[in-house]
Amino acid sequence: MSYFASIESLFYLAATVAVVASLKVVTGNNTVHALLYLVVSLLAVAVCFYLMGAPFAAGLEVIVYAGAILVLFVFAVLMFGLGKDETQHAPQNSGISNMFGAMFLAFALLIELVVIINNAQIQQSLQVKVISSKSVGIMLYGPYLLAVEIASFLLLAGLLAGYHYAKPESQGSQR
Amino acid sequence: MTAIPLFHVLVLSSLLFTIGFTGVVARKNTLFILMSLEVMLNAVGVAFIGAGSAWQQADGQVMFILILTLAAAEVAVGLALLIRMQKKYRSLDIDLLNKMKG
Repeated sequence: MSYFASIESLFYLAATVAVVASLKVVTGNNTVHALLYLVVSLLAVAVCFYLMGAPFAAGLEVIVYAGAILVLFVFAVLMFGLGKDETQHAPQNSGISNMFGAMFLAFALLIELVVIINNAQIQQSLQVKVISSKSVGIMLYGPYLLAVEIASFLLLAGLLAGYHYAKPESQGSQR
Repeated sequence: MTAIPLFHVLVLSSLLFTIGFTGVVARKNTLFILMSLEVMLNAVGVAFIGAGSAWQQADGQVMFILILTLAAAEVAVGLALLIRMQKKYRSLDIDLLNKMKG
């Protein structure tokens, strides 16, 4: 196995992408750019999960984190600017240079994905240590059943609180 | 057993956690604070998955799923509160919330 296509080096590359993207999230000024960097960071962490032998968790990370939670963020950002004309505050040089950093990081992840899929040796060594989603499900509905119930109550509480706080003022408060 | 040493996974996790914590402490914009919280929860997930893969147990992924539900509920409530704050103060500055009453 060549050094550049080993599991370790791919993991370190994905970890570097995750750390750099997270730094850009924390230090950014533009909200939407920071959200896009957060997506890149979550995708890089998903690649790390896949290389650690947890493909189920990697899929959940992409679907739930990068898919659902980040869409929630984007909708909230949309609502913050509602009713105002934002075009005068838009950055002037809205060319390709703005998104070059995020594109570069995402491109590194894409190359990594292609390398992982193409390399039969990596696939074979990943198959050995994978923890199947079946065993995760058995654990979830066996010893962790109470935790699953509590998590469902937590989601219900989140739903109710989100509905209560975000609804318009005129319908709600009695004051 | 695993190709990636557990120590390096924990280093990655603590790096991400430190970055997220710095964001929570240092930023003024409440939306950025929520995003940094996401980074922190993600770092904890990395630690759990790494430990689960090091011992070849499914518990790590179970805890990751529970963290995922926690993050979803937290973001829903947090963003709803942010929308409320934006309506009331026309701003997302966290320092506007330093009074308990009113």
